[in-house]
Amino acid sequence: MADIHKPPEEFRIRMRRYDPESGEAPYWDEHTITLAPHRSVLEAILQARDRFDGSIGIRCSCRQAICGSCGVRVNGEPALACHTHLDAALKSSPDGVIEIEPMGNIPVIKDLIVDMDAVHWKKIQRVTPWLINKQPIPEREYLVSHDAMVDVTQSMACIQCGACVSDCLAMEVDPGFIGPAALAKAYRFVGDPRDAQQKERLVDLAQDPEGIFDCTHCFKCVEACPKDVNPMGQIMRLRRIAIDDHHIVDVNNGERHEAAFTGLIKDNGLLWEAELLPRSYGGNSWFGKLHPAAGKELLSSLPAIVKALIRGKVTPMGALKPHKLKSKDLKSVQSIYEKIEKKPERYELNLYISGVDEVVQETPVTVAGGVETEASAPAPESPEGSTSV
Amino acid sequence: MKVAYWPGCVSRGFTPELHGSMAKVAPLLDIELVELDRACCTGAGVIAEHNQELADTLNARTFALAQQVEGAELMMNICSTCQGAQSECQERLDANAEYRAHVNETLAAEDLTYEAGLTNKNFLWLLVEEIGLERLGSLVKRPLTNLKVGPFYGCYIVRPRARLGIDDEHPRDHYLHQVIATLGGTVIEYAGMRKCCGFPIITMNKEASLKQAGRHLGDAVDADADCLVTPCPLCHLNLDLQQPLAEKVVGRDLQMPVLHLPQLVGLALGLEPKELGLSRHVVRPTSVIDWSTSVVGAAA
Repeated sequence: MADIHKPPEEFRIRMRRYDPESGEAPYWDEHTITLAPHRSVLEAILQARDRFDGSIGIRCSCRQAICGSCGVRVNGEPALACHTHLDAALKSSPDGVIEIEPMGNIPVIKDLIVDMDAVHWKKIQRVTPWLINKQPIPEREYLVSHDAMVDVTQSMACIQCGACVSDCLAMEVDPGFIGPAALAKAYRFVGDPRDAQQKERLVDLAQDPEGIFDCTHCFKCVEACPKDVNPMGQIMRLRRIAIDDHHIVDVNNGERHEAAFTGLIKDNGLLWEAELLPRSYGGNSWFGKLHPAAGKELLSSLPAIVKALIRGKVTPMGALKPHKLKSKDLKSVQSIYEKIEKKPERYELNLYISGVDEVVQETPVTVAGGVETEASAPAPESPEGSTSV
Repeated sequence: MKVAYWPGCVSRGFTPELHGSMAKVAPLLDIELVELDRACCTGAGVIAEHNQELADTLNARTFALAQQVEGAELMMNICSTCQGAQSECQERLDANAEYRAHVNETLAAEDLTYEAGLTNKNFLWLLVEEIGLERLGSLVKRPLTNLKVGPFYGCYIVRPRARLGIDDEHPRDHYLHQVIATLGGTVIEYAGMRKCCGFPIITMNKEASLKQAGRHLGDAVDADADCLVTPCPLCHLNLDLQQPLAEKVVGRDLQMPVLHLPQLVGLALGLEPKELGLSRHVVRPTSVIDWSTSVVGAAA
């Protein structure tokens, strides 16, 4: 918590300036501003604009982390300028100057203002971001379980600031990827018990090669989000519902990959890498490698495979024979699979709903002490009963 | 120190030099490895994507087996992806006693119980936090002088920070830097060092996956690194095994050797490149081998 009683002091800020219409290259612009350390990076930018250069471009409105307008990068990390204290920003600066840049993955309109329409909003529109009511619509309100509504409030907490889009590593190499913000929005409706089109929404996102299976699972969006929306977590749930509830076969091999991976662990206890690739393309059985899609893939990977064999990294026997658990342990693993997979409904602990036991905060019981596990989910009150929405 | 040791699958499969080099390095650091040979794959996030309870139960079984290892101070892994997948499951198991009891009911068939609060550290964390940089430095026999090493952290061991216990007191996202410097090497920073190697989408969007690997390797080449070092065998697969394919996608020669963390430590502790399995890499770590022989030559 920032100390609000400290007097104003000087901070140096370095902003990336760029006006595409000018024809000039981007450049760095440094100013010294005077503010109390608990004041925000946004206030520093506004002071620089007021005192030194009225042409500095920044978009802002509420100044209290609600409107999502002032997304920028502070010292390379995505942040809301209004939600970043100057003392914290100084601490994360490697050279004593607070560096402020426009967000990534989105074209710059001017200085710190990016073109949200060109990327972010286009992607949001792509997921049909409204509720398609189940019919018949009840005369009064819908009644849904409290937990189901708390669940979707996590993605409803999104303020559309674009911080996750800015940092998305899949989008960095594949700008067409639908991205974390749009997929979190998609879950908001897929997870809503009142929505009539759960399967249709998921089919659409699974048949898009830049849809749910294009996420690289890098956790960048989870870290970037100032509102704990956990976009990647929502993407994994979209995949789970698509594959395991609706058995949707996608165009990216996502469903086959999951089946191959989980199947190989069930059969061997350990991963058999040489089989994973062909089965992900050709289907989850030993014969998967004989499928034309698997053959094509193996052929295109030949330069890597040949080198790996020559160097002895991979031996023919290692590739042909899985490493496997001893039979007693393998049987135990398989019985865990069988017990859990035959349950009529998946049992999922959602820490966003359940919160964390208070006892976890105390000294942990360990093999032998050490770093405590930190679990930082909010703990909303969850009274029994249903919610009217 | 004695540790319950989880090597993971890939370190015993497609990157056998990782498991092998860890076994060589451990005694030099006074680490006794008790291998968890009854434990199964962590699921690498894929089993959790399929069924969370299944992933949590399989990993709770591993944790319970680790807790049974007599005299072990903690559980140690040599795979960032295992660390990330296990930490995710452990976060849920430790957060909720009711859920833990539910999972333990399934484990009861084998007479196993997981008790909350297991300490599970990647070898990188153990090096810095348990062995300590000072002691590590004192064990160095062949300092990595003039070797320019780029750290490649990847994702699973640096994000999400809260779950992985990264804070001001435990700057685990800087430990590779600290270890390279302690071993006498020169740290080379480059844009991609904490980005995704691309491995998780290699079967789903191969071009994007290889573009990720190729760009990071290219960044390291441009920053004049002699080699990279990573604590993750899956990153190693995309950065080393797939490098010939990544070169084609990004349209440039890369030839960037990628070392596993125990290999780099082993070199500095005086082991030979061959016994650390460096000859088994797809990209020949010529720069590193030349460096090690020139250092030995200079010493002689």
